[in-house]
Amino acid sequence: MTRVNLALLILIACVASLPLFGGAYALRVGTIACMYAIFALSWNIVGGFAGYPSFATAAFFGFGAYATGILLNKGVPLSVAVIGSLVMCFLLATALGTVLLRLRGHYFAIASLSLVEVFRELVNNATDLTGGGMGLNIPLASGSGILADATFFFYAMWGLLLITAVVVMIVSASKLGFGLNCIRQNETASNMVGLNSTLYKSVAFGLSACFVGTAGGIYAAWVHYIDPSDVFDILYSVKPIVMALMGGLGSPLGVVCGAFVYLGLEEVVWRNYIQIHSGVLGVLIIMLLLFLPHGLISLRSGMFWRKAKHV
Amino acid sequence: MSEILHLSNVSRHFSGLQALRDVTISVNKGEVLGLIGPNGAGKTTLVNTICGVTPASSGVVTFDGKDITWVKTYQAARLGLSRTFQIVQPFAEFTALDNVAAAALFSHPGESLKSAREEARAHLAFVGLDAQANQSAATLTLAMRKRLELAKALAMKPKLLFLDEVNAGLNSAEVERATKLIHQLAAGGITIVMIEHLMRVVLNVCTRIAVLHNGQLIADGQPRDVIKNPAVVDAYLGQQYAQRNAARG
Amino acid sequence: MLAVQVLINALVLGCLYACIAIGFSLVWGVLNVINLIHGSFIVLGAYLAWSAYQWLGISPWYTLVIAAPLFFAFGYLLQQLLLNRVISAPVLVTLTLTFGLDLILNNAMIYYFKADYRKLTLSPPTGSISLFDVVVPVDRLIATASALALTGLLYLLLRRSKVGRAIVAVRLDRDAAVLMGVDVKSIYAIAFGLGAALAGCAGVLMALIFPISPLTSSAYLGKAFVVCVLGGLGSVSGALAGGLLLALVEGIGSTLIGPAHATTLSFVLLIIFLVVRPQGLLGRKGFE
Repeated sequence: MTRVNLALLILIACVASLPLFGGAYALRVGTIACMYAIFALSWNIVGGFAGYPSFATAAFFGFGAYATGILLNKGVPLSVAVIGSLVMCFLLATALGTVLLRLRGHYFAIASLSLVEVFRELVNNATDLTGGGMGLNIPLASGSGILADATFFFYAMWGLLLITAVVVMIVSASKLGFGLNCIRQNETASNMVGLNSTLYKSVAFGLSACFVGTAGGIYAAWVHYIDPSDVFDILYSVKPIVMALMGGLGSPLGVVCGAFVYLGLEEVVWRNYIQIHSGVLGVLIIMLLLFLPHGLISLRSGMFWRKAKHV
Repeated sequence: MSEILHLSNVSRHFSGLQALRDVTISVNKGEVLGLIGPNGAGKTTLVNTICGVTPASSGVVTFDGKDITWVKTYQAARLGLSRTFQIVQPFAEFTALDNVAAAALFSHPGESLKSAREEARAHLAFVGLDAQANQSAATLTLAMRKRLELAKALAMKPKLLFLDEVNAGLNSAEVERATKLIHQLAAGGITIVMIEHLMRVVLNVCTRIAVLHNGQLIADGQPRDVIKNPAVVDAYLGQQYAQRNAARG
Repeated sequence: MLAVQVLINALVLGCLYACIAIGFSLVWGVLNVINLIHGSFIVLGAYLAWSAYQWLGISPWYTLVIAAPLFFAFGYLLQQLLLNRVISAPVLVTLTLTFGLDLILNNAMIYYFKADYRKLTLSPPTGSISLFDVVVPVDRLIATASALALTGLLYLLLRRSKVGRAIVAVRLDRDAAVLMGVDVKSIYAIAFGLGAALAGCAGVLMALIFPISPLTSSAYLGKAFVVCVLGGLGSVSGALAGGLLLALVEGIGSTLIGPAHATTLSFVLLIIFLVVRPQGLLGRKGFE
């Protein structure tokens, strides 16, 4: 267990104590914080470890949300529905990955971005199954008062964050992580030494999607109503990237810190500049990219973790 | 001598450019085959075709009894085909040790990172890079990077090793050193195919020479004979070299 | 005849698509930057035309002439001041940067113009012409002709002028261009400025045909993407080929499976091309 991983686990443990300090608002922010951290950690697997800039996060978030929503509507218990989202997203992403990950750089970025559009349109048009543009109402999963509901969903999201973090740490230290690192540095050489890069990349893509999809499922059960433009929002694809860039590409601790800092900024901006909040977000992104290209973690003792190499 | 690699009428074209034309050649176990020819003759393309980087447009490639015409690069690697690149391809951020460990790790499923790193040390020592084991590959000199490339290729425990211009960019002392290494490898029983422009190295090390010109095999045989072959002299060696050679007898 | 109508519609729409995409294609092909602000530039151009007509009575044809230098300057400055700093950064950084810039521009437009849809209606209205059962609205026809003229102008610029040749050189081989004495930094700025100018002018033309709102910027951007991938990067012929192909597929698809699926169809087509033929119909491979 490295020092950094330990720090990450401690950070996550601290977050668990949130319900002791705040009411409904704190729980809401806390749940979103955990969700953002899951996004950032997941994106980091394919974007940071493997070096493939994926814009597909929103596609799988939405897919997972709808998968769980539909299952819940059919009477399936919440835990089963959420695991259903996890498995479906993993399989779907791994399969799509074998095709899309043949592309590099810009082309891969656009293809992954298009996934969001295609999924959204497909869901929009499958009105019988998903309710189409009208949205999907999701039955209440537990029913003992607002605060208990909020606490339950906070811990559900927090639990998922813990699982995601542990999986990421295991991957990072494993042959898979080492292989992804090789792929990021030199994919040609990786193939030449016997690494099946298509398999490794696809698994990475699958892992980057499954926890995001599960988070989508929890989100759907939490908010009780979803519609295509709400969950298949491109911003859900861009925000994890900004968080990862803020915190430091490649480092799990870094991206989680990035997620929390980003959320903090988002809340502050929302409350004070609601009309121009997306403009302020834009300014933030630009400042970040121009002045802190290696993320916050690069400020730590003047060294930087992973250079954002040519992806 | 048993045949380890056989190419049968292998051709490769790139939309209009015929890079390889009906190449038929065998490589026997334990040989050191020199592959020479002018630039653009198709030597690297031939290696790429065998190793699965760019599949053949037609023809059959057989390795160790198996048809490998359509295998992917990583599969060829695991079957025992290993190569160095003309323009070295290290994992720039990794240390020299991890570079070699990666090769040992992925070419043999079932290895662990720990055992791969141990093996890597031995290979680094063989090429004389043990002092640089913990240095990042990006900080090594070109000569060292070429040796690192060799160490990586060896870590794969290949049956057949392709050396693609290992001596390009090296000075005389470095070339001497590289040649000694190749001798040691050949003595160890690895079959080697080397693409090389330095004739003195070729004549020093190779047991057989094949000559490619415009994608076609124009000569294949004992070094002494091939360098006297008029077609080879015309296409590649040049009259001056032939005369100097004849004078030496 | 339905088939001929679909074909004519596709031709007209295809040229408009090409006009939307050409600026985007130029920037991507020359600077290797995917300019996510492109859609918002188009909408801004549309607003310029609308505002000029609404408040000053200036006809869109004149606005076209004013828009070009205005947008060129805007694009040039943007590139010089901001984009230049990340020009050699990985895809991730440039995409996210232009995304951030787009957020600002888009938000600003929503703030000032509000999100409601506006329409530039010329008075007197121009009607439509019909020939052998085929109906074409005149405003579309004129817009198409102007779009073709614009792309033709760009083509001439790239072919005949010194600056144009330099741009093509940088697109073909940046390093070689540097060795030939081309000031690549300034070419980047010029190319980006040109891209912005083309987007702005495209916007002016779009104002004649489509409703205007900041919410449409991502739709324009999406179209530009697809056209570039289908047709190939950085060339006028590529943009035309891509535009026509897209319009044709959408037209036929709409007729066969309904207009609701037109957007999905275009993105599925995009993915197919990315996987099977990433360089597009007329592009050259290797440009990532």
